[in-house]
Amino acid sequence: MQVNPASLSVLSSLLEARTGQRLSEGRHWRVEMVLKPILKAHDIASCDELIAQLAAPGSGPLCNETIDALLNNETYFFRDSDAFADLFRRIENTAERRQDTKKIRIWSAGCSTGQEIFSLAMMFRENAERWRDWSIELLGTDISHTAVNRARLGDFSQFEIQRGLPTRLMLRCFDQCGTRWQVKEMVRQTVRFRCHNVLEAPPPGPWDFVLCRNVLLYFPDVNRSAALRNISTVLAPDGGLILGAGETVLGYTDRFEILPGARSLYRLVSGELRQISSAA
Amino acid sequence: MKKCLVVDDSKVIRKVACHMLETLDFSVEEAGDGSEAIEILKQEVPDVVLLDWNMPVMDGMEFLHALKALALENLPKVIFCTTENDADQIRRAMDAGADEYIMKPFDRETLQSKVELVQNGDHCGQQA
Repeated sequence: MQVNPASLSVLSSLLEARTGQRLSEGRHWRVEMVLKPILKAHDIASCDELIAQLAAPGSGPLCNETIDALLNNETYFFRDSDAFADLFRRIENTAERRQDTKKIRIWSAGCSTGQEIFSLAMMFRENAERWRDWSIELLGTDISHTAVNRARLGDFSQFEIQRGLPTRLMLRCFDQCGTRWQVKEMVRQTVRFRCHNVLEAPPPGPWDFVLCRNVLLYFPDVNRSAALRNISTVLAPDGGLILGAGETVLGYTDRFEILPGARSLYRLVSGELRQISSAA
Repeated sequence: MKKCLVVDDSKVIRKVACHMLETLDFSVEEAGDGSEAIEILKQEVPDVVLLDWNMPVMDGMEFLHALKALALENLPKVIFCTTENDADQIRRAMDAGADEYIMKPFDRETLQSKVELVQNGDHCGQQA
């Protein structure tokens, strides 16, 4: 199956209209691969025929399936382990300032199938005694219904479970079910998942940390700005935004600045400072 | 350059693993069973040993015991890499002294993440 430029253009427009994400040239190579199962399942001969069917009335479910397939759900446990170690140190610092409420809230925006937020859940679980009197709220959101449904199940293949997850932690936090691995209830119950696009109104804050790693890179500039603006409205004044290693806020918003000495961790610029900076 | 010793009785697996490790900037040596691996270790201790379980002459578990008996000053990190994919077997291997565990089949990303774990330490160092 060859995906011709006209078809790619239609798919790109559809993806952007429905999700705000752009099918950049760098992602064209995977279109054929991700659409193949859909063509096979629906007995559709070619990508052109798929596009014709998407334009027909009543194509909603097929359209949803196509969009879902085009989204990149690449993720793994403890992705960028240095960032995780740093994040947990920052969480401890935040906890010192939350002694009155004993509450920590963390939102994983663009959580895909849940490995990132489950990694955090496991770290809290491993230190259960330390966090015994605390309310730890962990929320994972993603635009993909398929990914969120999978995250809710907490069910992972052998390939998924092995990437980034220490074996001893796997044995403590997962049950083996044949060739698959199911997150134990004690971990699963600490995380909530819901479908959500970061371009929509964000889940009510304040969030102490928002992880939005390797998500913005799929958006055109204007939508990166919108997503960052949304996050800025629900981040706690002393909270932290964590982006992917190759991502930045520079050029997209003046609401965040990099935290001194940190990598990929941003804090809110106070309103006053922002006004001075805008006036300058 | 870090060194890895790949111990597996399958030439094909050794070839695939060696290629993956070379792309991860390892220099690689090979052994066809645990006994051969012990002889190599007596000469030079690598940073990492990628170890199969089921092998002739000396299997992976026997190798772990023999490695302990060598009483080396600097022990290599041992990653089991095997088709024994049952949780109880995995627990047994970890209890016997393995640092990490890979269930076959595996890909480069899995190998990379496990190598990073044994080199940098995991996030929660408690015992299973």
